[in-house]
Amino acid sequence: MYTCSDLKKGLKLLIDGDPHVIVQYDFTKPGKGQALYKCKLRNMITGALFDRTYRSGESFEPASLEEREMQFLYQDETGYVFMDKKTYDQITLSEETMGDDKYFLIDNMDVEILMYGDRGIGISLPNFVNLRVTQADPWVKGDTAAGNNKPATVETGYTLQVPSFVEEGILIQIDTRTGEYSTRVKE
Amino acid sequence: MEPNWQLTRKRATLEKRARIIQQIRAFFIDRDFLEVETPHLIPANAPELYIDAVAATDGFLQTSPELCMKRLLAAGYERLFQICRCWRAGERGQRHLPEYTMLEWYRRDNDYQQLMADCEALILALCPQRSLCWQGQSIDLTPPWPRLTVAEAFSRYSSVSLQEALEQGHFDTIISEQIEPRLPVNKPLFLLDYPLQHASLARRKPDNDNFAERVEVYIGGLELANGFSELTDATEQRLRFQIEEYRRRTLGKPPYPTCEAFLNDLQTLKAAAGIALGIDRLVMLFCDQAMIDDVVSFTPEQL
Repeated sequence: MYTCSDLKKGLKLLIDGDPHVIVQYDFTKPGKGQALYKCKLRNMITGALFDRTYRSGESFEPASLEEREMQFLYQDETGYVFMDKKTYDQITLSEETMGDDKYFLIDNMDVEILMYGDRGIGISLPNFVNLRVTQADPWVKGDTAAGNNKPATVETGYTLQVPSFVEEGILIQIDTRTGEYSTRVKE
Repeated sequence: MEPNWQLTRKRATLEKRARIIQQIRAFFIDRDFLEVETPHLIPANAPELYIDAVAATDGFLQTSPELCMKRLLAAGYERLFQICRCWRAGERGQRHLPEYTMLEWYRRDNDYQQLMADCEALILALCPQRSLCWQGQSIDLTPPWPRLTVAEAFSRYSSVSLQEALEQGHFDTIISEQIEPRLPVNKPLFLLDYPLQHASLARRKPDNDNFAERVEVYIGGLELANGFSELTDATEQRLRFQIEEYRRRTLGKPPYPTCEAFLNDLQTLKAAAGIALGIDRLVMLFCDQAMIDDVVSFTPEQL
């Protein structure tokens, strides 16, 4: 069982028999008062999003989902298509099911597909992915302040803050747990 | 390998943070406050129902320096301040860190009215232009700041009465979910006069036994500081500690030892007032940051 202190973004819980994933999480506490654990949850079966606030002392059943290793093939109008490399079975996940995870997929990438019976209901990404910068303002020569940052867009359409020296065409490593820049990748 | 950008990108904020702390020190030194340091590792904190201390070998990390600060007041020191680390187990969110930096100041022979005036003066000293913009909201800092009692806040913003909320144990939920989101944010705000059971170290209001002279300071909706006219009746303080400790145990929380040295010294303290202000949140305001993560050099997750 999980307690409130285990709650965090990405945690999967069983609620009323259905697996749910926490898509947004915050801890709040008024003054000297009782802690509130505010979660936005997505029902992984129906896709329904809703808010729920928990109080310390509550406990949660983990949603233990079977995982199947699959390869990402391509995206089309039906969604994101993955293939089991041993059986050649294919599974399609809708854009809605993918959520923000869609920004961290690269062609031919191996991921764990979370299964509910024979349905794919989510993916489990590696902690780091390498993506190429497709749009960023040029590096102003003389801007040597290492702390300066600017927005950049990568090949999947995802936008994030990067150091000023990151230019278009550069491959960067992104932490999929936080969605933040981690480092440049040497090629 | 390139330098860790998660650290280098914070340079401007960390520089501003350092300046703010220097200005706070100068503010209190100018007003003849004595800066003190008291131990972080202590045998007992004040028992509070919803504040959990981090247990250490032979004691606890402080959740606030208040007991030692009040013992110094009781010994005759008139005006004290401290900037120190405090620890509160399990508190981690966009505005919470389990280890954070607290400013506390104390005045003998004063009450919470003076603390409110101190807050206005301190913020103006840090921000002479009298206005700031936080997360798109412009905030007029010109004193006097509006004051709202907890009773007024319930009648104005809550779906249930204060009495009902207290009886049903929903006080904190209503404050957090109905009142805080509706508090005006274009000026700072003092929320004051808390029900006695939500102010275990504060003095009763002289004209109303059910309320205590406790004040919370909000700027832009961010809860910044909590202060009170100190309860200096050692017998009543012991009783309130026992009630709080009893309530803790009914929730299955570990027992805390009673700080006898504090209760002993409290007998020589007459009137006093003290307040605790979260420095990290103050830096969030002045650096226009939404997340506490962005105003400290390291978060616990980065260690």
